[in-house]
Amino acid sequence: MRRAFAETLAEITATDKRILLLTADLGFMALDPFSERHPENFFNVGVAEQNMVGVATGLAEAGFLPYVYSISNFAAMRPFEFIRNGPVAHELPVRVVSVGGGFEYGHNGISHYGLEDVGILRTQPGLTIICPCDAQQARAAVHKTWSLPQPLYIRLGKDDSLVVPGLDGRFELGRAETVHQGSDVLFIAMGTAALDTLNAARALQLLGIGATVLLVSSLNPGPDADVLEHLKRFGHAITVETHYTIGGLGSYVAELACERAPGSRVIRTGVQAHPGCRTGSQSWMHEKHGISPEALVNTALGLIHSK
Amino acid sequence: MQALSPPQIRKIILEQSKRAHVGHIGCALSVVEIIAAIYATIRVEHPSAPDRDRFVLSKGHAALALYAVLHLRGIISHEQLETYHGNDSLLGVHPEHELVGIDFSSGSLGQGLSMGAGAALAAKLQSSRRRVFVVISDAECNEGSIWEAAMFAAHRKLGNLVAIIDLNGQQALGYTNEVCEILNMAERWRAFGWNVQEVDGHDITALGAALTRCEADQERPHIIVARTTFGKGVSYMEQQIKWHYLPLTDEDFTQAMREVIL
Repeated sequence: MRRAFAETLAEITATDKRILLLTADLGFMALDPFSERHPENFFNVGVAEQNMVGVATGLAEAGFLPYVYSISNFAAMRPFEFIRNGPVAHELPVRVVSVGGGFEYGHNGISHYGLEDVGILRTQPGLTIICPCDAQQARAAVHKTWSLPQPLYIRLGKDDSLVVPGLDGRFELGRAETVHQGSDVLFIAMGTAALDTLNAARALQLLGIGATVLLVSSLNPGPDADVLEHLKRFGHAITVETHYTIGGLGSYVAELACERAPGSRVIRTGVQAHPGCRTGSQSWMHEKHGISPEALVNTALGLIHSK
Repeated sequence: MQALSPPQIRKIILEQSKRAHVGHIGCALSVVEIIAAIYATIRVEHPSAPDRDRFVLSKGHAALALYAVLHLRGIISHEQLETYHGNDSLLGVHPEHELVGIDFSSGSLGQGLSMGAGAALAAKLQSSRRRVFVVISDAECNEGSIWEAAMFAAHRKLGNLVAIIDLNGQQALGYTNEVCEILNMAERWRAFGWNVQEVDGHDITALGAALTRCEADQERPHIIVARTTFGKGVSYMEQQIKWHYLPLTDEDFTQAMREVIL
């Protein structure tokens, strides 16, 4: 999605020069589509994420639309207080763009896992969170949100070739998208967990179990109405996220269920414990933490058998 | 524009601190001449004019000195000033941008210089001649982000950025040379590529001259290292750590007022 993001932003910048792209020295080759086309609008600010967000705050106050880019933790957490006191407190259109949330940097270890970014940033009123599920949806999301007046957090996956079949680039802020229909089990997945969840639904279908997959690509505003309608229909939801189960999608759905769909059951899948020091590929990490397609099938079967 | 009278500013700081029964008095007293000098230089036709100069009080805990100046400049009314530290007031202990005349909220040390650098870069990108003034404290230089901003501003040749450092040698719990010594402040900034001037931070004429000299160099960001006395103007507060936090008693207030309006 990184390249899709850079290409899309470059297209828009051709029509609106208020857009600036700042990177804290990351995005090797991925940002070339932007930096080569708009060198005057591109700034490598060095390995200094706090300053990058502070600078973006000053730029936004003067009317620019600055996108600041780094790997998940360095974009969202290192400068968190700058995000809070800058664009959030001043209600300025700074866009914090992160790449590699979840275990996309699986072999790189704990410093590079983005497991709490959404949870932390979701606490900030007025900060819209966008978690595209694939490159095509990332393009649509950038197109539909670049001129919004509020600050944004955009959580991009690394893989530009990833396609979630059936999504076809649909994106609407505050709405969820359905990519698989079934009446036995409801999965609600966020961002880069979409494809594994869809594959779990397909595997369940072979076992004669119908699963609905509802994809959440934005929070603040979240798709409250869509999620509530599904919660009431199914009476349960299995949430799937490449994130700790605290603070992110699972928490969001559980909050809605408690307050507005009492009696419904929410089973949160995601990272439940500290990942420790043993590293591995993204899919190995997903398997280890119960969010691989196979693990999700087992979670669904467990839910059905417990009914 | 004529510089404001420091005794007038100090009087307001003391009156409002006493009325509100709140501290942060010593650090407000040390920046009086600095803020007065900036407001004699800064170009602000209207507080919301897009091409106005920008000001960031990065050491936000000295906000009362800024409120006093904004009041004396006619930007905030006496009635509004009297809401300081009250409920539903825009005049809190640290400045908030919703108050007319405040460009950026502050209060968390180490953030204002980055915002100022962004504002200065914005002015350059927009081919504007506007300048950005930032007041930081010496203890604030404990924050690593100050040096991130220092590197960035020098690399980007932000000659329209003027920082003034309130070098009062004190911080919340002690003297800076005891807490985390920052020797050779001027040399440090020079090493980071800034144009450095050193002045007496209570000499409003010298401060004004230094601010004017900054206009000559458009290639390097500027820092004015202003040597100040914490609690300046009130004998029993000067260089006393406790006056970072203490509020005034009736006796303290009477004596302080007598000293500052002499």
